[in-house]
Amino acid sequence: MARSRRRPASKTQPGRGQQARVGPLQGRLSDVPPLDIDRLLGDEQVRIIVCCGSGGVGKTTTSAALALRAAESGRKVVVLTIDPARRLAQALGLTQLDNTPKPVNGLDHLEGTLDAMMLDMKRTFDEVVQTHATPAKAEQILANPFYQALSSSFAGTQEYMAMEKLGQLHAEATRTGRWDLIVVDTPPSRSALDFLDAPERLSSFLDGRLIRLLLAPAKGPARFLTAGMGIVTGALSKVLGGQMLRDVQTFVAALDTLFGGFRARSDKTYQILKDPQTAFLVVASPDGEALREASFFVERLAQEQMPLAGLVLNRVTAPIRAGLSAQAALAGAERLNGDDPVTTGLLRLHAGRLEQIGRERSLRRRFAAAHPTVATTTISALASDVHDVDSLRRVAELAAA
Amino acid sequence: MTLATRRDQPLARLHIVSGKGGTGKTTVAAALALALASEGKKVLVCEVEGRQGLASLFDVAPLPYAERRVAVGPDNGGEVHALAIDTEAALLEYLDMFYRLGRAGKALDRFGVIDFATTVAPGVRDVLLIGKVFEATQRQAAGRPAYDAVVLDAPPTGRIGKFLNVNTEVAGIAKVGPIRKQATSIMRLLTSPQAHVHLVTSLEEMPVQETLDAIDELARLGLRLGSVIVNRMRTPELPAQALADAARGRLDEGRIEASLKEAGIKADASVIAGLLDAGQQHAERVALEVEQRRRLDDLGSAVVTLPYLADGVDLGDLYELAADLRASGEF
Repeated sequence: MARSRRRPASKTQPGRGQQARVGPLQGRLSDVPPLDIDRLLGDEQVRIIVCCGSGGVGKTTTSAALALRAAESGRKVVVLTIDPARRLAQALGLTQLDNTPKPVNGLDHLEGTLDAMMLDMKRTFDEVVQTHATPAKAEQILANPFYQALSSSFAGTQEYMAMEKLGQLHAEATRTGRWDLIVVDTPPSRSALDFLDAPERLSSFLDGRLIRLLLAPAKGPARFLTAGMGIVTGALSKVLGGQMLRDVQTFVAALDTLFGGFRARSDKTYQILKDPQTAFLVVASPDGEALREASFFVERLAQEQMPLAGLVLNRVTAPIRAGLSAQAALAGAERLNGDDPVTTGLLRLHAGRLEQIGRERSLRRRFAAAHPTVATTTISALASDVHDVDSLRRVAELAAA
Repeated sequence: MTLATRRDQPLARLHIVSGKGGTGKTTVAAALALALASEGKKVLVCEVEGRQGLASLFDVAPLPYAERRVAVGPDNGGEVHALAIDTEAALLEYLDMFYRLGRAGKALDRFGVIDFATTVAPGVRDVLLIGKVFEATQRQAAGRPAYDAVVLDAPPTGRIGKFLNVNTEVAGIAKVGPIRKQATSIMRLLTSPQAHVHLVTSLEEMPVQETLDAIDELARLGLRLGSVIVNRMRTPELPAQALADAARGRLDEGRIEASLKEAGIKADASVIAGLLDAGQQHAERVALEVEQRRRLDDLGSAVVTLPYLADGVDLGDLYELAADLRASGEF
């Protein structure tokens, strides 16, 4: 744990970042509060870390890398991944989807423990049904065609089930002490934050008139239907066809008892996410699109009063020290005029790198101007893809540096 | 590219663009729409994820749920129209168009049915999104198709199979009835030579792997692969031999130092070290790219490349990318 406690003085200087800003473009990178990854991972009050961000920014890699580093410094960690790239999954020992956390093998120097799992949304849904319904009812639900489609194909199911699984892991962690930190990856889309809406959406559905309407024929004679309900059922049956409407009704009736518990758990998970024991990390890469999405996530989390720990900026071009400006390099390349294609090429590459660094800095400045309080850490781009434990470790070191 | 697929090309009217997140599929979809809108042709480009990516690329105000003209195509300009498909609006429109529900439609909304259908019910969202694209593709105006081509900025590769196959899934739950009928006719279009799926990738391992996985999945579902589009392709800055030397850290430092002097650059050790490092990183990346490119070439499908644009993509760049797509002869 020694390493995780260490905090360089420069990272904690109070007073920095409090200079008055003038105008929206005055954000200065030196004013951006640093995100101290080791302090976050070492903080025993923090028991859940949720990584969110748009697709392709390295969310899964970041989740896995942080989980590994936390485990190396003594935490008992489980990392829940949603859809890891194949070779990363292999590195974590996730060769089959079995929906339960398994220890990651072949790790030395672990002071703590590291388990990993990959979300199987259909299996998670099935297990919810089997755990909370009587065997006869569970069988009925699992065989329902509407349920089968809902549990395997609907895009939003992934968000609901990620939430359900997080709740389960948290309950197990609290009950057995098997883990003291859960790191969660989120689904790769903008709808990743839809899980924040899950409890409310479920509640409004359960309290809504639609469910009463769907339950009505199963529960009582048709004469209790109001006129409005009659119109709606008529329209539904016209659109869906009688058979599908009956499937939906049987499904809702069978699931009725289960829904209540589902809502209660989903409400509870929502409360846990809001609690200071949770830390959200927004992951982005230093390009305009990904940073725009990062802004969206930051604002959305603030709106829901979710505890944001900071921004992880992934695959940043590493700073270079060489005392040669981009303009001087390009002018030199021009002067060589093809005499030495190798040196000409190297000068162009050098200039390109400096220009890229400049572009990334200005994008970051723009983000910092809009969100001056969001603590940030950067991870320099690695030359190759990350799909083994050593490169995960390297990513985590860069994040913590 | 085989002759059989070449013959398909004139038939291709629905272009579905997917790719791993972050590879630039929205940019490619927009450029493709422009490329197809040459010589008086009318093209519709649709987005379905509510990100308003098209509006920012074409530099117009956020798109409503209505088809708007956003650009004029190159070469005796055709027109590009854009549409951001909104699920709820699409459902209400669909109900009105096919069922003329009138008052009952409003009752459905009051009862939360619309909300339920678009957020909770399985697959309905995706069917509605594709259903709208289907409608635009099939729409007739004055005895001919309203659009010569429709381009769909589709969900990323991780979700594309499910997204496009959702009609089959719906056909599974709705064994008879109107939804089944609609689903069947959408699937007929998607599996016909009129529909092509293009996959956008960068030359990195994970995006290429997802592309290969998506190709397998498309084949299983009976969907046609159009082109693999390698986006943000960089040209090597060093000659082949120098790349090999740089990768092994064996560039001739003496020669570089002499050339720097000739170019009037003060060549201290840190400058040379910086240049050598830039060379080595570049060589490593080029080697990775060559390897990934080989995996794509092994497929035997059409591979089209688009250049890397350092400063992001503005409307002018979009026209240049469109010209590159046309020059490839694949569209």
